[in-house]
Amino acid sequence: MIGFWTLFYKELLRFWKVAFQTVGAPVLTALLYLLIFGHVLDEHVRVHGVRYTTFLVPGLVMMQVLQNAFANSSSSLIQAKITGSIVFVLLPPIPYSAFFAAYILAALARGLMVGVGVLAATVWFTELKIVAPLWILAFSLLGGALFGALGMIAGIWSEKFDQLAAFQNFLIMPLTMLSGVFYSIYTLPTFWQGVSHYNPVFYMIDGFRYGFFGVSDVAPEISLGVVFACFAAVTLLTLNLLKRGWKLRA
Amino acid sequence: MVAAVSIVDVVKHFGSLQALAGVALEIEQGAFFGLLGPNGAGKTTLISSLAGLVRPDSGVLKVLGHDVIKDFREARRLLGVVPQELVFDPFFNVRETLRIQSGYFGIRKNDDWIDEILDNLDLTSKADVNMRRLSGGMKRRVLVAQALVHKPPVIVLDEPTAGVDVELRQGLWQFVRRLNNEGHTIILTTHYLEEAEALCGRIALMKQGKVIALDTTANLMAAHPGGTLEDVFVRTMNQ
Repeated sequence: MIGFWTLFYKELLRFWKVAFQTVGAPVLTALLYLLIFGHVLDEHVRVHGVRYTTFLVPGLVMMQVLQNAFANSSSSLIQAKITGSIVFVLLPPIPYSAFFAAYILAALARGLMVGVGVLAATVWFTELKIVAPLWILAFSLLGGALFGALGMIAGIWSEKFDQLAAFQNFLIMPLTMLSGVFYSIYTLPTFWQGVSHYNPVFYMIDGFRYGFFGVSDVAPEISLGVVFACFAAVTLLTLNLLKRGWKLRA
Repeated sequence: MVAAVSIVDVVKHFGSLQALAGVALEIEQGAFFGLLGPNGAGKTTLISSLAGLVRPDSGVLKVLGHDVIKDFREARRLLGVVPQELVFDPFFNVRETLRIQSGYFGIRKNDDWIDEILDNLDLTSKADVNMRRLSGGMKRRVLVAQALVHKPPVIVLDEPTAGVDVELRQGLWQFVRRLNNEGHTIILTTHYLEEAEALCGRIALMKQGKVIALDTTANLMAAHPGGTLEDVFVRTMNQ
């Protein structure tokens, strides 16, 4: 267990030492989204019966939780692989399950830290209320862990920074940006509404938002089931890759 | 007595390249063992296989009787490896690096031993300096320190003095000899053959993934009277 706690602590220290970049920057990005979209749309658009700015904030919070959980595990692994310092965690007797848990928990910690930061920075611009805190907690924990695991897969698979950037830009970004962060999917044409239901991030955003408004596009129980199934599948895949030492041990 | 390291018929391919072609050797506990050979002979692949960084296609490797795959946790606990590449984690200072490495091996409070290692490697004044700010020689010392934090009974040094100044070499060898005298098994790969001649009691010469000579340093030298280990090396490689 000491090996696990040390790896977890090391991963926390790694992002905390550059918190200006790893926590501060995404909070600022989310704030800019809110100011720009809020300024343009707040007077004209209401979604789920609330002002657009109020609707937007939970989506921005969850988007940053997901993106930063992914960024933490993926960047840590790719940096360690490219610099060669990965040997320091491969030589010791750390079981692959502990390796997985340490990276996921650290990714989740960064994601949640950024999420709380975004909420604290943006809540002043809205009339946000928390209706169902347990749903907020459940979706942020499961979603963050799922993206932390995806980040591990991306970090293990990538051999160069541009491969990781491709994973991030062509998979993670479209999935999060087209998940209903900025809109309700019921404002979309029927075809795209259908397509959105194949995007697991849609369920994370929608379920998370339910915790604030008590209203969602899909019942939160269904969303939680989808997110849990995705988390279980990605976790099994990641554990299997770690057990085989895929792209880590030659 | 169980061997410190036991290697039986280890084969490893990287694509069409055969890196290890049925290597077999045994290293006694307490030995100072030299693993020598030209670049590409398979030394680092063999060491990496022992450390679990490379998975052999076939064969068995054991550290103090523990299989490096089936019983990897115990095998890795017993082994300390100084990697050949000058690698470091740029986020941490020297002391943090050593504390973290101790934790990976399940040791929580290790400052007394860390201080001793820092002192022996002349790193005490650099304990709070970030790894990025150290010179190449200093980084090499930290790599040695990292391999020793868990007091492994078997220590592998993969070209530890490459690019290192004379002063550190002497300090390092003094420290490693002390560890050897205290009972630690030392496995050394180096291209500085005079170091191997002075330090190693037994030597294996590798070429193209095979062990082509294995004997005590004295016996190897006796086969070529009046010569140095370098002469032995050159003649053996050209045979």
